[in-house]
Amino acid sequence: MTTQLFYALCGVSLFGIGFYGMVICSHLLRKVLATNLMSSGVFLVLIATAARTSGGHPDPVPQAMVLTGVVVAVSATALALALVRRFYRETGETRLPATGVVTKED
Amino acid sequence: MPEFVVLAPIVLPLAAGVVTCVVCRYALGVAVGVAVLQLPLACWLASTVFAEGPLRYELGGWSAPLGINLHADGLASLMVGMAAVVGLGVTLYATRYFDWAQQVQRAQPPTRSYGGYERRELFWPLSLLLGASLNALFLSGDIFNLYVTLELLTLSAVALVGLAARVNALAAALRYLLIAVVASLFYLLGVALLYNIYGTLDWQRLGVLFQLDFASRSAVMLIVIGLLVKTALFPLHFWLPAAHASAPAPASALLSGLVLKASFFVVLRLWFEVFSATRMPAGGALLGWLGAAAILWGSMQAIRQRRLKLLVAYSSVAQVGYLFVGISLASNPDVAWNAWSGAVYFALSHACAKAAAFLAAGSLQLAVGGDDIDGLAGCAEHHPISVCAFALAGVGLMGLPVSGGFLAKWLLLHAAIESGRWGLAVVMVAGGLMAAVYVFRVLSRCFTPGSARPARRIPLAMQWVPLILALTSIGLGLGAIQPLRLLQVGAPFAATDVSPRTVVPGGTPETGGDVVGGEES
Repeated sequence: MTTQLFYALCGVSLFGIGFYGMVICSHLLRKVLATNLMSSGVFLVLIATAARTSGGHPDPVPQAMVLTGVVVAVSATALALALVRRFYRETGETRLPATGVVTKED
Repeated sequence: MPEFVVLAPIVLPLAAGVVTCVVCRYALGVAVGVAVLQLPLACWLASTVFAEGPLRYELGGWSAPLGINLHADGLASLMVGMAAVVGLGVTLYATRYFDWAQQVQRAQPPTRSYGGYERRELFWPLSLLLGASLNALFLSGDIFNLYVTLELLTLSAVALVGLAARVNALAAALRYLLIAVVASLFYLLGVALLYNIYGTLDWQRLGVLFQLDFASRSAVMLIVIGLLVKTALFPLHFWLPAAHASAPAPASALLSGLVLKASFFVVLRLWFEVFSATRMPAGGALLGWLGAAAILWGSMQAIRQRRLKLLVAYSSVAQVGYLFVGISLASNPDVAWNAWSGAVYFALSHACAKAAAFLAAGSLQLAVGGDDIDGLAGCAEHHPISVCAFALAGVGLMGLPVSGGFLAKWLLLHAAIESGRWGLAVVMVAGGLMAAVYVFRVLSRCFTPGSARPARRIPLAMQWVPLILALTSIGLGLGAIQPLRLLQVGAPFAATDVSPRTVVPGGTPETGGDVVGGEES
């Protein structure tokens, strides 16, 4: 097994673990962390892609994709954390309400 | 400046969005000015594409794969036009909505609202950034840029949902954000796999190189699942009703009208021009069944609702089903043009009709002081223009002649009957009937005589904008020849030909075509 394949498999495993955490965990901060884990997995797959050239020089395009993806992930995490903080401040809860249906009072 | 025609729809709202973040005093004027400018810019883009064929532009002169390409063909320019029209309507409506909402809520505060009323000064930068990311998405030339613009769209949309100062809106925005980010990551993993296999991100080049081996199938599944979650196709629609119903009315109009169409646009592009739909009959069939289920489920849930905005939101779930039925029908090369153009036209007319419905619902909700459909008694007498706007929007949603929805459903039904898929045809007609049920439920309540309590007067802009948007949706049915002709520019199917992959008039990058605004073949 080459190094690139190992990295790619690690990346996909991280993606799967993160998705499992996203679905199973109900605490909001854990959900945010799980999405970060998923994005780390995808970035690892991209890095493995970058190493997979025949010339010996790594491919710059996946690295550019990773950098852009990191920026996007940071912005999304910041927005998620701001929303979680506001939600906690207003309701004192760290879990979203059970169903997606809007309740009677509005 | 030939490249300006492709850049302007993106750069102008982006710059204005940044400016309005910083300078709050003139935010309203800047936003309205830019929204008004978008319309002639979209017309200019459409006429240029119609005259010269598909346009390509490389940002900064950097060529692929390192650079970002913009690609404008008939479909993209129609979508940019749709975003311009709906965006203008929503911006004009929002100039009066937030002030009036503050007045109404000061008089009668809703429960579970915390402190600040709906924050109006934040709406302008968010709507401008949403418009900029929409245009960037429609004009993208490579699949990674599609991911970036999808994320930008998600962030703006989530913030728009959270603008309503209510706990329900906050919860709905959080759920929407988490689900949308996960869906984007599925899409990105698919893109990573595709780059791994083919070594290119340009979707036109991918369309030439694409083969259906195991790895490519996995990439297709990942990408399509991510996009299906974002477009809220049944059964992945669970986030939509809460998010679209809790948002302030102009935000709901933008979300249901435009944001859903963006991820649908990506599916359309990739399914037909990269993944070559005719080689994936099982996938097409599955999308058709899910679309049919969405139509039935969404309409049934809409009929059951007691609250107006939830009814309109579930109606969105149902209408998204029609779009995917169209994609499924277009997998058959004999009827591909009818089904494909029907799905696109459905997206266009639904955007105007649903935006009109949400805006009218927002006016009525504030005028009556509650979201209950039962409380709408007497509205036809006190607020005739808003009720008329809702009724005309309902005509577009039901698909009655001569609206744009009727034309789109006609094309889809034609395709379904010609390819022998009677189940889908029956479901589409049934969906129209069920839409009639929930639209007339609302209208019949409006026409019952209400109590003689003093009615609030809805501001003029909020009365007339939904009406004009609903009339646009009907006008799309009357004036369909030009848009359909524009759609043929760069389309993956020729209008009269039966073969599935005809030559794109603009040529592909491998023929050395990176000239701006020219026909490269």
